[in-house]
Amino acid sequence: MKTWTVGTLTRYIQELLEADPQLGDVWLSGEISNVTRSSAGHLYLTLKDATAAIRCVMWRSAVEKVTWQPAQGAATLAHGRVSVYAAQGYYQLVVDQLRPAGLGDLYSRFEQMRDRLKAEGLFDDTRKRPLPQFPRVLGIVTSPQAAALRDVLNVIRRRYPLVRIRLAPTLVQGATAPPQIVAALEAIDADDEVDAILVVRGGGSLEELWAFNDEQVARAIVACRHPVVVGVGHETDFTIADFVADVRAPTPSAAAELAVPDQAELRQRARVCARQMEQAVRRRVSLARQAADQQRRALQRLSPQARIDARRQQVDGLSQRAGRCLEHALALHRSQLAGLQARLAALSPVAVLERGYAIVRRQDSGAIVRQVDQVGPGDRLSVRVQDGEFGATVRSGP
Amino acid sequence: MSDVQDAAATTKTPSFEDALAELEATVRQLEEGNLPLTEAIALYERGMGLAQQCSDLLDSAQLQVEQLTLVNGQQQRGFFFPDEQA
Repeated sequence: MKTWTVGTLTRYIQELLEADPQLGDVWLSGEISNVTRSSAGHLYLTLKDATAAIRCVMWRSAVEKVTWQPAQGAATLAHGRVSVYAAQGYYQLVVDQLRPAGLGDLYSRFEQMRDRLKAEGLFDDTRKRPLPQFPRVLGIVTSPQAAALRDVLNVIRRRYPLVRIRLAPTLVQGATAPPQIVAALEAIDADDEVDAILVVRGGGSLEELWAFNDEQVARAIVACRHPVVVGVGHETDFTIADFVADVRAPTPSAAAELAVPDQAELRQRARVCARQMEQAVRRRVSLARQAADQQRRALQRLSPQARIDARRQQVDGLSQRAGRCLEHALALHRSQLAGLQARLAALSPVAVLERGYAIVRRQDSGAIVRQVDQVGPGDRLSVRVQDGEFGATVRSGP
Repeated sequence: MSDVQDAAATTKTPSFEDALAELEATVRQLEEGNLPLTEAIALYERGMGLAQQCSDLLDSAQLQVEQLTLVNGQQQRGFFFPDEQA
């Protein structure tokens, strides 16, 4: 029994393949998949059809001669030789020429279907329904194990944890995926509480995303009563599901962001509302205060106090006038009195006495003696002169 | 599963959407400014309550995830626990 080492067997296969003149000069037609360019400038790609795939490598010197952009899905005709990459144990086509060859079969079927659905109007913007601003229940159609679901739930938890999630689990790749996706869509859409549906799947190769190019999946999305957001693959991946969705999101996380509002913004909105209300009420209160002040001033103007003050002034004036009148009258009386006093003084007997006259009274009766026959000898008299009185006795009669 | 339905059925607190809509309507009403003072103040208090409610609703929310399953052809809902939460 011959025992091979890995190296010797690989080398044997390599010699076998590389010695074959047919495999040394191959024209290969297929559809480009998984095309990547290394930093050194080499191009790595896979050519495939519906049944098989062959890895290809194109060295930089050959790549530089390619004048078109070999893109995912493009049908191409490649020329090269089959070789074995011993380190990884696979065979590959070392390509020296790469030509576009019309459309790849898979891709052209995809395009035909896309054009047909488009002609039916399924991509029309007029068909697209807006998403509810504040969904209460969101349906999610995806694989429960997928990283995409974790991303979506994280985004929703951060942005809007108020929403309730209903998950309709399904496979998202492989031949059995399309009918499962259709069933999940129908199940979640039958739920009356659901406000919108997210269909998500993380990035992958064109084949891995192929379930979302399925016509039945596309029609199930179109048939949904609730608006559907599709977020499949990366930014650059476009599937039929993206075209028929009410909202197309570049990634699963982006789908989650489109489906729910952001609580940071909502909190800000509530804060702005609170501030506006405060300002409105402040304005209203200050308006009320101004109105009250105005009324108070008006009331002050109408107060009887002013009239009272006016009357008081009037009374003051009158009493002053009365006072002046009285003064006047008194002065008049005073001067009259002085005149009378002067006249009286002129008539006073004392003044007469000063001129040397005397007043003689009977001592017994006090009567003033005006005539001689009022006295007789021996009568006692009292004589008043200027500075006093003295007694006298009548000596003889007349 | 019946717990989930009960929880859904007994959600009687106003929804965030309703609270926010009423809050914004309250602001508009206040800003028109032709309300009697006592009414304006009552409305302001109501609005401040609504703003608080909005913020409380967000604060207390816990993302609830349910998974649909088919049991004997009947659709049922159960809580879903993603791996990272287990």
